[in-house]
Amino acid sequence: MASTGDLEPTHYPARRAAQVALHYLNTHHGSPFRVFGLQQVHKASAEDVAAGGRKYKLDFSVTDWGSGSAGPALRCSADVLFPRTERHSAPKVELHCEALQQINSTAQEDDAFYQKYISPDSTVSARDIPDSFGNMSEEMQPFWRLARVAASFIMLRESSENTEFNMAKVASITQQESSEEQLMLEFVVLLHDFPSQEIVQWKLLASWSPDRGVRVLQTEWQPRCPHATKPPN
Amino acid sequence: TMKGSVISVLVVLAVLDRLAGGLEHRSYDYTKYHTMDEISAWMNQMERENPDMVSSMIYGQTYENRNITLLKIGFKSTTPKKAVWMDCGIHAREWIAPAFCQHFVKEILGSYKTDSNVNMLFKNLDFYITPVLNMDGYIYSWRDKTTRLWRKSRSPGTGNCTCFGTDLNRNFYANWGMVGISRDCCSDIYNGPTALSEPEAKAVTDFLGAHQNEVLCYLTIHSYGQLILIPYGHPNISAPNYEELMEVGLAAAKAIKAVHGTSYKVGTAPDILYANSGTSRDFARLIGIPYSFTFELRDKGNYGFILPEDQIQPACEEAYQGAMSIVNYVHDKNFKSAATTATLANVF
Repeated sequence: MASTGDLEPTHYPARRAAQVALHYLNTHHGSPFRVFGLQQVHKASAEDVAAGGRKYKLDFSVTDWGSGSAGPALRCSADVLFPRTERHSAPKVELHCEALQQINSTAQEDDAFYQKYISPDSTVSARDIPDSFGNMSEEMQPFWRLARVAASFIMLRESSENTEFNMAKVASITQQESSEEQLMLEFVVLLHDFPSQEIVQWKLLASWSPDRGVRVLQTEWQPRCPHATKPPN
Repeated sequence: TMKGSVISVLVVLAVLDRLAGGLEHRSYDYTKYHTMDEISAWMNQMERENPDMVSSMIYGQTYENRNITLLKIGFKSTTPKKAVWMDCGIHAREWIAPAFCQHFVKEILGSYKTDSNVNMLFKNLDFYITPVLNMDGYIYSWRDKTTRLWRKSRSPGTGNCTCFGTDLNRNFYANWGMVGISRDCCSDIYNGPTALSEPEAKAVTDFLGAHQNEVLCYLTIHSYGQLILIPYGHPNISAPNYEELMEVGLAAAKAIKAVHGTSYKVGTAPDILYANSGTSRDFARLIGIPYSFTFELRDKGNYGFILPEDQIQPACEEAYQGAMSIVNYVHDKNFKSAATTATLANVF
């Protein structure tokens, strides 16, 4: 049974809760040129709450994947509440990261990317990002990051104390007709969950602009590839 | 003269042949992912080029009837030697793991002549290295882009099951079926109809059982997560040498970090990852192999299983230092006087 009080920061309960906070951070501050990754959990504690549920208090650091380990670490604190309801409901996150406004702005790259693809002729379409060898073209990188940010909405919503999600790959990206000056992108993403080791497939429709950030409009769980099952005899 | 010309031609051909062989070896690209056929050819080459130190052993068959093969590496001896076991690729999609086994073999074979430490290890130990254990799964993961994330073996489901595969790392006779498994045969952590139902798991079990008294150290290589896991996978069971295993693991993580700054966490699976059972690591510890570790290589979820090829080299370099840290500890614990002699030799 889960313990109450201080948690070992290197152990999985703290890390899973921090990962949820990370997904929340990416939904709010992720962009085609910025995706955050969890660097380290410094302190963590958990307690059962009266309304039913478990609340984690976390002190952790994140880095921008783009800058790699060379980049600055951002210190964050978060409260993550996992509700204990019969049917799964999304965790609730309160998050504060210091110096968020001070990290290098990606406004220039965001705008250039936006201008390039908002044109009515733009019909970006791609599959398997990255390919089996981990490679993707430079042109695809911002789309991959957008997919990761959009996937964060799903990973956040689907998370519990018994899951730990990352995005394994993007199966497809299909640009839709722009709407209300938003880039509209349909993604099929493959998510990996550690405890079950399952690959979960989701189709989603997301919008993005430098002003409004990423919004997810539709999500649809998809059953996995038919070849996982035996062909009919 | 005619004879002179023939001899000249033969000499030139012989030189060209040697050059071609050498080039072939130098041109094996350790910074790319390789197909099973390429890895098998490479294994043959390692054996051919190092006949005094490398021999291959077939120790079982996969479900699809492929020969499960390891490379035995070390100075030949007439008396039985202690050994270190390493297997890679128990899970098909973890491509960086077989890449690491190849890198490891390349490193030790490339350094034993000049590195007195590796030379001493070769003298006192044999390395049993299986570059790809789950060959069927690995080959399947290469089939096309939709199969890249396959994990399990490729045995068909039994009974009413319409899905393929058993998680080989839940199939060992080590608290089999107790925790961290699924009885749904379509699950990626399906532990099989029975313990050791999978021939790949049986092959490792039989080999380790037959060499129980020789094997000092069991290393199994996976990805991703940047972790060093020590036995056991069950939250209520502790290895008798838990403290020592933690110490050795932490020293390995420190050695890893010194290379490129990459952080690895160390602990039991139930502490730092999740509870599980039927793992090969637990089986090795249970039959008495004192030093048993799972390595989960790069990264932490950015690319996950699909680690870009430009990270193969740094990922392998750091993991190599981690593995050698453990191997050296195990060696020095069992061959203390030899270590002292080597140290004294360096002093004088």
